[in-house]
Amino acid sequence: MNPVARTVLERLGLGLITLFIVSIIIFSAIAMLPGDFAKATLGQSATSETVAAFQREIGIDRPPVERYFVWVAQMLHGDFGSSFASRTGYRRSVAEIIAPRLYNTMFLAAVTALVAVPLALGLGILAALYRNGWFDRLVNAVTLTTISFPEFFVAYMLAYLVISRDTFIGSDFAQSLPHWLAASLGWALNAVPKFPTLSNVNEQTPFWDHVWKVALPAITLTLVIVAHMMRMTRAAIINMLASPYIDMARLKGMSPMVIVLRHALPNAWAPIVTVVAFNLAYLIVGVVVVEVVFVYPGIGQLMVDAVKSRDVPVVQACALIFAATYILLNLIADIISIATNPRLLHPR
Amino acid sequence: MKNSGPGPREKGKDLLQIRNLHVEGFSDERWHPIVRGIDLTLKRGEVLGLIGESGAGKSTIGLAAMGYAKPGCRITQGSILFDGIDLLAVSETVRRRLRGSRIAYVAQSAAASFNPAHRLLEQTVETAVAHGIASREEANRSAVDLYRRLQLPDPETIGFRYPHQVSGGQLQRAMTAMAMACRPDLIVFDEPTTALDVTTQVEVLASIRNIVEEFNTAAIYVTHDLAVVAQMAHRIMVLRDGLTVEEAETRQMLAAPAQEYTKTLWAVRKLAKPEVAAEEYLLTIDHVTAAYARTVKVLQDVCIKVPRERTVAVVGESGSGKSTLARVVTGLLPSLSGSISFAGQPLSKSLKMRPKEVLRRIQMIYQTPDNALNPRQTVEDIIARPLEFYLGFSGAQRDRRIGELMHMVEMSEAYLDRLPAELSGGQKQRVCIARALAADPDLIICDEITSALDQIVQEEILKLLMRLQKDFGMSYLFITHDIATVRAIADEIVVMHQGKVVEQGMKSEVLTPPHPAYTERLLSSVPEMDPDWLTTLLARRKI
Repeated sequence: MNPVARTVLERLGLGLITLFIVSIIIFSAIAMLPGDFAKATLGQSATSETVAAFQREIGIDRPPVERYFVWVAQMLHGDFGSSFASRTGYRRSVAEIIAPRLYNTMFLAAVTALVAVPLALGLGILAALYRNGWFDRLVNAVTLTTISFPEFFVAYMLAYLVISRDTFIGSDFAQSLPHWLAASLGWALNAVPKFPTLSNVNEQTPFWDHVWKVALPAITLTLVIVAHMMRMTRAAIINMLASPYIDMARLKGMSPMVIVLRHALPNAWAPIVTVVAFNLAYLIVGVVVVEVVFVYPGIGQLMVDAVKSRDVPVVQACALIFAATYILLNLIADIISIATNPRLLHPR
Repeated sequence: MKNSGPGPREKGKDLLQIRNLHVEGFSDERWHPIVRGIDLTLKRGEVLGLIGESGAGKSTIGLAAMGYAKPGCRITQGSILFDGIDLLAVSETVRRRLRGSRIAYVAQSAAASFNPAHRLLEQTVETAVAHGIASREEANRSAVDLYRRLQLPDPETIGFRYPHQVSGGQLQRAMTAMAMACRPDLIVFDEPTTALDVTTQVEVLASIRNIVEEFNTAAIYVTHDLAVVAQMAHRIMVLRDGLTVEEAETRQMLAAPAQEYTKTLWAVRKLAKPEVAAEEYLLTIDHVTAAYARTVKVLQDVCIKVPRERTVAVVGESGSGKSTLARVVTGLLPSLSGSISFAGQPLSKSLKMRPKEVLRRIQMIYQTPDNALNPRQTVEDIIARPLEFYLGFSGAQRDRRIGELMHMVEMSEAYLDRLPAELSGGQKQRVCIARALAADPDLIICDEITSALDQIVQEEILKLLMRLQKDFGMSYLFITHDIATVRAIADEIVVMHQGKVVEQGMKSEVLTPPHPAYTERLLSSVPEMDPDWLTTLLARRKI
């Protein structure tokens, strides 16, 4: 285990260094943005004295290097700082603003991952098993189609489908169709569960209600990420099927299913988990469009709002969380790659 | 464990009957015949050797005996009757149940054919458990018993190791144990010892032969090594281009091969060059020690002299440091201590420090031309590169020289616009030789350059090298594990073992007794055409 533990520690150290560099980049990028919170809030009519006074109040009159070190020092103490929206006597800490949003984002990501990852792996394994057959072609075509549409389009189409469930039969479109077709379409639409098209949740929303409310965004995101993971699973397994030990397994009389699951898959984990990690990271950092469509209070929307209002501490914290997410998920992927490789886990 | 085969296992009954077998392979967008009408009969407990050059169809026939065709191949005609079951008529499910349990397979490269993700024991018992032939515990016990019979070290625990944790020879024996796990009626051995050193090969051959006899298992033994097949098989079938050349009992076949082709196969190993004593030394390796990662010394205090216009053969098993020696001489691996001088001048340790002129004068040819040739470059580009780089040739001068070089390696200029993938193994190695010659070197280091080739092609390449040496007077440092090659080409021999030089001298001195212990072991491990060789050797070593 020793070399493995060492590799993990090494990666962890590298991750921290990366995070440090990322913090510098985030800070400089934001410092270089034109305009600041004071000017943005007070508007064009404010006098330069008012602006200066406000700048002093929220501390952005200090030199950038000093502000950076203050920020980092605070962060090392677990304090993400205060939002610029704080007032005397009414402090709004960044942590307090972000925490519920981050929870919501994580919740949606977790629900999506629980559906999408097993689905993608299952489809990928089956596609590899029946490679070049009709099942393989169908799965490839369908997942490629869903990944090719923009997310907001998929999101609105799903919402539209749920809405038509009740409105289709009475619509002009249905009237123009032959009766039997309209009836069967209506019957098919009736099978669609009545998912909420607005994912408005708050801290009081009960757990299962929350799950129900994120159903549509979760389905949208699943459609978006499944293709990538499924295709990598299929490709990694098929790549392994050319190995001599797969021929050997065939000559030992193993069935195709056993060959794929027991002989190919264990050697294919490394590329698969890398892609899974990449997509999970996307679920946390890249879902702002879907959040907007379903009015879901996630961290993506929060960050966009904070950028608009130049609420720098919130933007910085969000960016840092996103960076940490990528680093952490990739670290986990690396660890899984090592753990599934006996050459690394059991050296000679 | 139950006996899975029905009926008594007495010798003499036909177990396998192949009639008029035709197999085709798909390449270049069309189907080519690989096997063109083979008849084969195997009795219970009988070992049949299939021998021939690569492309003769011997492995394909071995696999067909399991009712299996490799991906990209198909069985187009014929019948394969295994113990009364027509393997081509029954369903895939039935064939699958036979494979591994009643017909088993031992592959050439055990290192590649064991799944790296699972422990040896799991893989050994997999078929028995999956086909419900034995319970997990029974199968495990039986596997340990087989490991013991096959003389694997620590039979109780070796099964818990992963494939990368055991040596090549041990893996090959573990694979034999895996094939034996269900006590099959028939085992197909597909070149099981080709990838092993001679010293390891002897042990594996002995293990395989014992266990096959012990369980009275019938076997098809595929190999290109006549001396090996002579030890293993009761009967030999010689194949060429998918057709049977001849078939006879082993002793009869060895004593009096009927066909001309068989005789040429037999003659290959008789190539031998008279040795010539050294006059002047070109390369002097003086007390060189080298290591990877500074800890494990791969070369220890090695002293070797290579004379001008002569061939020094470096022999030893894998891990003896012979390829490392080549890396040190070429400067790819700087030595830790010691010195090398070349043509009277000291040679810089590192490649980067050597002037272009010195680089030009030392060239190297590798074991696998597939890896040494850029697959995207034509033969012309490959040969032109050293001409441009070292000698600054261009235009008509370069083209004329390329033509001469092709002529030297006995290849037509028509091949110049081919890619390496469009050449045979022997042709690729010729291109490598032409590339080395293009630099007009004084020393060519040949690292196992004939090991991957068939014997007939090997002989052609060796003859070519000798002729080139006579015409152009370069020296060869010839690294090999094959004693027959050494006999054929060497003037002087260096025997290496575990990074040290065990013995060196003129070919006649080294090859005639008395030998140091290791040389003795190495030389006596080289299979001979005498069918009693293995038996005699084992008897002698036991004393």
